[in-house]
Amino acid sequence: MQPGARPEAETVLRLSGITKRFGALTANDGISLALARGEVVALLGENGAGKTTLMNILFGHYVADEGSVEAFGRLLPPGDPRAALAAGIGMVHQHFTLADNMTALENIALGTESLWRPTLDRSGARQRIARLSADFGLAVAPDAMVGVLSVGERQRVEILKALYREARILILDEPTAVLTPAETDALFATLRKLTATGLSIIFISHKLNEVLAVADRVLVLRGGRLVGERPTKGASRQELAALMVGQEVEAPRVAARPPGPPALALEGVSTARRGTGVALRGLTLTLHAGEITGLAGVSGNGQAALAGVISGMETPTAGVVSVAGQAMRGWSPRAAIAAGIGRIPEDRHAVGSIADMSVTENVISERYRSPRFSRSGLLDWAAARAFAETLIRDYDVRCPSPDTRIRLLSGGNMQKLILGRALDGNPSVILANQPARGLDVGAVAYVHKRLVAARDRGAAVLLISEDLDEIMALSDRILVISGGALSRPSLRGERSIRDLGALMAGHAGEPEGVDAA
Amino acid sequence: MRLEPKPQPSLVAALIYPLAAIAATMGFAALLVLAAGASPLSVFELVARGAAGSQFALLETLTRATPLIFTGLAVAVAFRARLWNIGAEAQLYIGAVVTVVLGTGALPLPAVVLVPVIMAAAMLAGALLLAGPAFLKTRFGVDEVVTTLLLNFIVLLFVSMLLEGPLKDPMGLGWPQSQKVIAEAQLPRLIQGKRLHLGFVLALVAAAVCWVLMKKTALGYEMRAVGHSPEAARFAGIPVNRVLMKTAFLSGGLAALAGFSEVAGLKGNLTLDLSPGFGYSGIVVAMLAMLNPLGVVLSAIFVAGIFVGADAMSRSAGVPSYIADVMVATALLSMVTALLFARYRVRWR
Repeated sequence: MQPGARPEAETVLRLSGITKRFGALTANDGISLALARGEVVALLGENGAGKTTLMNILFGHYVADEGSVEAFGRLLPPGDPRAALAAGIGMVHQHFTLADNMTALENIALGTESLWRPTLDRSGARQRIARLSADFGLAVAPDAMVGVLSVGERQRVEILKALYREARILILDEPTAVLTPAETDALFATLRKLTATGLSIIFISHKLNEVLAVADRVLVLRGGRLVGERPTKGASRQELAALMVGQEVEAPRVAARPPGPPALALEGVSTARRGTGVALRGLTLTLHAGEITGLAGVSGNGQAALAGVISGMETPTAGVVSVAGQAMRGWSPRAAIAAGIGRIPEDRHAVGSIADMSVTENVISERYRSPRFSRSGLLDWAAARAFAETLIRDYDVRCPSPDTRIRLLSGGNMQKLILGRALDGNPSVILANQPARGLDVGAVAYVHKRLVAARDRGAAVLLISEDLDEIMALSDRILVISGGALSRPSLRGERSIRDLGALMAGHAGEPEGVDAA
Repeated sequence: MRLEPKPQPSLVAALIYPLAAIAATMGFAALLVLAAGASPLSVFELVARGAAGSQFALLETLTRATPLIFTGLAVAVAFRARLWNIGAEAQLYIGAVVTVVLGTGALPLPAVVLVPVIMAAAMLAGALLLAGPAFLKTRFGVDEVVTTLLLNFIVLLFVSMLLEGPLKDPMGLGWPQSQKVIAEAQLPRLIQGKRLHLGFVLALVAAAVCWVLMKKTALGYEMRAVGHSPEAARFAGIPVNRVLMKTAFLSGGLAALAGFSEVAGLKGNLTLDLSPGFGYSGIVVAMLAMLNPLGVVLSAIFVAGIFVGADAMSRSAGVPSYIADVMVATALLSMVTALLFARYRVRWR
């Protein structure tokens, strides 16, 4: 990791003047980028800044309107992912592209064998995978079904898949979003080993700490343009954050205040087992008014079931859900909304919004039956549109008009609308499931500010997140979920990030020494 | 070749794509006409003249369009909620059966009462027929494409059984046909001495009602939301299964009206050839209209025109009238293709 220490380093990848327009939107505006052999370049930017578009062009998923891509001195034909693969470019997507019902080995070798060979050369593949695993610290069990692997293991399979295809340039899209702190450290160690062999890496992230830890050079994108380029040596967080959003961002200020009465209580709640998800068994949890409860944990440890129960999507098989001391009967999403629970779902694209309906149609989806928006079954579209315009203004949503299909909005703007919909009517309980995931720094700060404001006016907030920094910054009280069970709660600052990490990793019992607050 | 999603489809595109689909259909039909040894232009001219070239032709086309508007609406509302009702044919026949059962003298009522009663009963029967598959879908996840499609054959055999047994007209010289409905159960003709009947007006009213329902009501909103994303709809508190059941009732009822209107307005009795596939053609009609209820009226008239025109053409040009079936089927395929182009941009390479 010696930035700028390779004066002779050859350029392995060169993007020149890449421009891509989608209708009126310019997603990439004349972006040029050069990647040297053995170098880690971080691509930093807000959501909607054009990072993903740029990588999709590089990998041949999109065709650029202008500009060219050159790998190892040869021009890549536009729009041809196979040419990109053949040129030695490998990509690890944020959402893995693995077949769950095949083994790690089969996933890695899939597509590399000639179609004319009736069987897979298993021993050959096994040897190569074993060598790659050992060389770069990518431990995986080759014969395990991918479906049973942890997220970190799956990511290693993805990286092995790229290396198996002899990738010389590796693109990692938000690779740490799903990892525990320890797994992140291991990933960074692997990346260092890879670059030492001359592999080049493009690392897409919005986490400043990680970018500074792993990259040699940072490119900052904003609004489709390259707005800054810095060697990480000597670059400061504040400077990069400011470049990214075009303004200074401040951390949310959470003033201590005593918690209020219980707003939502789950007592002995169990859920049905579904697929590979972890079910709840007799879980008890109380959320207090005026308090943010942070729920940390590695993805897939029962968060989905818990969020399902609170949002009304899941009916408990046993136990009681009570809101403001009142036991609920006939639990459903509608009942949850009626009981005053504002819900921000984990998947804003598939669950939180109806992609092909307009902004107006989406913002009324929880309240279209209320007298505000309908009278005797007839919808009042004027009132609905006015509500959409109010949210667009109050939550600073960038969109052409309330009639725009919500699918065309960036993740941050979509999330602001969902937030506005959830917070409308001042809910007494707020379920915020990964509210800031995949959002840019500016939008994250905004979402956090709104959640803290809701807490300050007396709402009970459950913040479910895999991002420990987020949990620690916002929560009055922190719980860790592992294997469907909750840890003992700790107050703000009571446990260190490392202790929480240990709990997240499922180490039985509580850590021996709880850090002094 | 790859597909990239397009941003907002414009209003112009909404008009251009059906027209492009129709143009592609004509092109393909022209090849077949050439193969049959006739001149495409003169055949198309004969079809057009046969469909709309005279008052008689035009009225005949509108008469033929009437059941297609009903079945087209039935499919359009169901498909909007992603309830794949392929069984409009069966629902049509059930509507016709109820019309014959109640309309041949069983209820001695004046026309102003009897016609609405029969209409309501026919709709209820069609609604219940689709409620079965819808219930199986919502409760057990049974694919309604399979159940509604297969019900078509079951119902047709059931009708055949009725026409050979309890509903057989004793004066029918042994033909499998029912008695004629009584005068009080008949829909009046719109023009004296012509075949166009009140059913056409009812179909237009039904289209207007469906349009208002989809655009302006909470139920229409729920149906569209469920159709776009059942998961997101459920999260927002929309009772997805209940909405699907309501949709099934509406769709089945509309399709049954086609059977009612054919018996009470045109044929007078029930036979096994009451519908030359109006239920299936309803799918084409709805797709050509891009599921818009008002568009259904236009596309039903267009499809009816092809059938009526092709009949007339085949008499004078000697090209088999089956060309109409080919054209309607091709229209569906090219429309589905055109809809793809409306939503995605094709990238060669």
